[in-house]
Amino acid sequence: MTPPEQSSKTVTYREALREAHKEALQRDDRVFLMGEDVGYYGGTFAVSKGLIEEFGEERIRDTPLSESGFVGAGIGTALGGMRPIIEVMTVNFSMLAMDQVLNTAATLLHMSGGQFNVPIVIRMATGAGRQLGAQHSLSLENWYAHIPGLKVVTPATVDDARGMLWTALEDPDPVVIVEHAGLYNREGELTVDGESVDIDRARVHRSGEDVSLITYGINLFKCLDAADALKERGIDAEVVDLRALRPLDRETFVDSVRKTGRAVIVDDGWKTGGIGAELGMTLVEEAFYSLDAPIARVCRAEVPMPYAAHMEQAALPQVEQIVDSAQMLVKPNV
Amino acid sequence: MSDKPAVRMEKIDRERGHHLLHQMLRIRRMEERCADLYAQTKIRGFLHLYIGEEAVAVGVIDALDDDDAVLGTYREHGHALMKGLSAKEIMAEMYGKVEGCSRGRGGSMHLFSKERRFFGGHAIVGAGIPPTVGLALADKMQGRDRVTAGFMGDGSVAEGEFHESMNLAALWKVPALFCCENNFYAMGTALDRHQSQPDLHLKAASYGIPSMQVDGMDVLAVNHATRRAVEAIRNGEGPYFIEFLTYRFRAHSMFDPELYRDKSEVEKWKERDPIKNLSTYLRKRDLLTDDEYDELDKRARDEIEEAVKFAEEGNWEPVEELERFVYSERPDQES
Repeated sequence: MTPPEQSSKTVTYREALREAHKEALQRDDRVFLMGEDVGYYGGTFAVSKGLIEEFGEERIRDTPLSESGFVGAGIGTALGGMRPIIEVMTVNFSMLAMDQVLNTAATLLHMSGGQFNVPIVIRMATGAGRQLGAQHSLSLENWYAHIPGLKVVTPATVDDARGMLWTALEDPDPVVIVEHAGLYNREGELTVDGESVDIDRARVHRSGEDVSLITYGINLFKCLDAADALKERGIDAEVVDLRALRPLDRETFVDSVRKTGRAVIVDDGWKTGGIGAELGMTLVEEAFYSLDAPIARVCRAEVPMPYAAHMEQAALPQVEQIVDSAQMLVKPNV
Repeated sequence: MSDKPAVRMEKIDRERGHHLLHQMLRIRRMEERCADLYAQTKIRGFLHLYIGEEAVAVGVIDALDDDDAVLGTYREHGHALMKGLSAKEIMAEMYGKVEGCSRGRGGSMHLFSKERRFFGGHAIVGAGIPPTVGLALADKMQGRDRVTAGFMGDGSVAEGEFHESMNLAALWKVPALFCCENNFYAMGTALDRHQSQPDLHLKAASYGIPSMQVDGMDVLAVNHATRRAVEAIRNGEGPYFIEFLTYRFRAHSMFDPELYRDKSEVEKWKERDPIKNLSTYLRKRDLLTDDEYDELDKRARDEIEEAVKFAEEGNWEPVEELERFVYSERPDQES
């Protein structure tokens, strides 16, 4: 294989994903994309725009609105030697296919005593922020992260959007790729053009000494903004992007908190039973004696998402809340 | 689309008749032995016996090639045996032994064999149907001349996944054979109390899938119908649906007190016992003697006794291995 071309170019998250799909389809005949409106519509989020013209109807396969049916069929194709990418539009609708993911994809290898692995990639958009109301604004990636047998990744950067797909396709087991809908238009510098990236390590995006901001997905950028704001207040924040919710790279964020002694967990989902609870409890188990302050969580308010913009924004984690939470841990009396 | 052909019993010779009879006896004796072993607490969990329905698994799987795929429900012991899994590895699985076909991880409801292309053992009703479509789609996309046979019960026809899958299979013309074992009860709810249209093959037909309804107590009729369907599938005509009218003589599972049906109904169906049915047919044509029947039955019993011995002597997987098989152990594992 020739070494990947080194370049640094500005692309949107959507373009990075599209490139990743294109490359995977060119690289491996077994790869195909299937889902609602992935073909002639070009993908609900325009990720697969133009692919059907290049790869045809067989490999860019439009499906009826049958989430459980086509996710289950995707599992069957994986068992039959294909490498399917199944797009279920959004995490909201993916719940209609939850049984196939939980009871078939995630269990077959184990139930069969190691005989039948399921190399399927399931992609979905997640998150709120576009005034779509309660049924189109969920962040339920933690539901998938709860399930042994799955891998769950949450690309936040364009590098990860570009690089995680191929790694997921090479994985012999089911991988769920959760893309925050607010990221598709976001531009970033692509630094690893063409290279696949690992899908099991968290990444320290910004190093700091006073407090760790631990997050994933779109809230990475809110945390980076919060870190800038904290800097002005003389607080040196470290920002950890989990990148994957399962397997959870506990080592990286535990090490971060052992160093800083303080943690603010920023979770796009509801607080009760959320992934933030898992992170917090891990810190209690593994970094308790390094903690200089209680662990703080900034989560989505525990309401179905309202439509009105000001109410929706009030329900979502915001930079100010992250800054205030960190401030409280570091210098509560200022 | 839907037709009810007067499927004639094929002319069969002694050898073929004995073969089909022997296969049904193997299943019957295995299932009876499982019931004993359950009473002895050697087998635990749920146990769903196939007694009474043997003609379906035998007739269908006999009409398939070795490299065709089979996907079963939770009442799949007979299908596994017909697909070529040994009675030994099936029985060891029932015991939960590591020599079992799923290393004791699956149990009665989750028998698997990659080598025999037996894809389980699915215990969420209806959930095996979409993967059936997918396996067939994979063959179609890769240009392989194989058929995927997916079994389902009458209860699954009420599930959304049934309808989603019929639609997908018909749209994509996949080489799938849908085998509906209509035993007239979804667990304990009678067919006419759970289906607005109790002629289940009509539902598949409404999706444009060639469908038929066949006497599932008659192994020759089952086999003949399946051969016809498989031929159409291999000719590239897309999926096929067969509704087999059958009946389970035993309770739904070992926990079922059978409050929902009369004993007289069961007795009436027992008159149509598929084993008795075929034996009578063969005897009438001088193709089976009492001694020959006894010999076939003895072979079946001996095989099952050997399987029980094998399971008894099997080993328990060490608890240290508990967390194996959650993820693949080799990154290049091929499905």
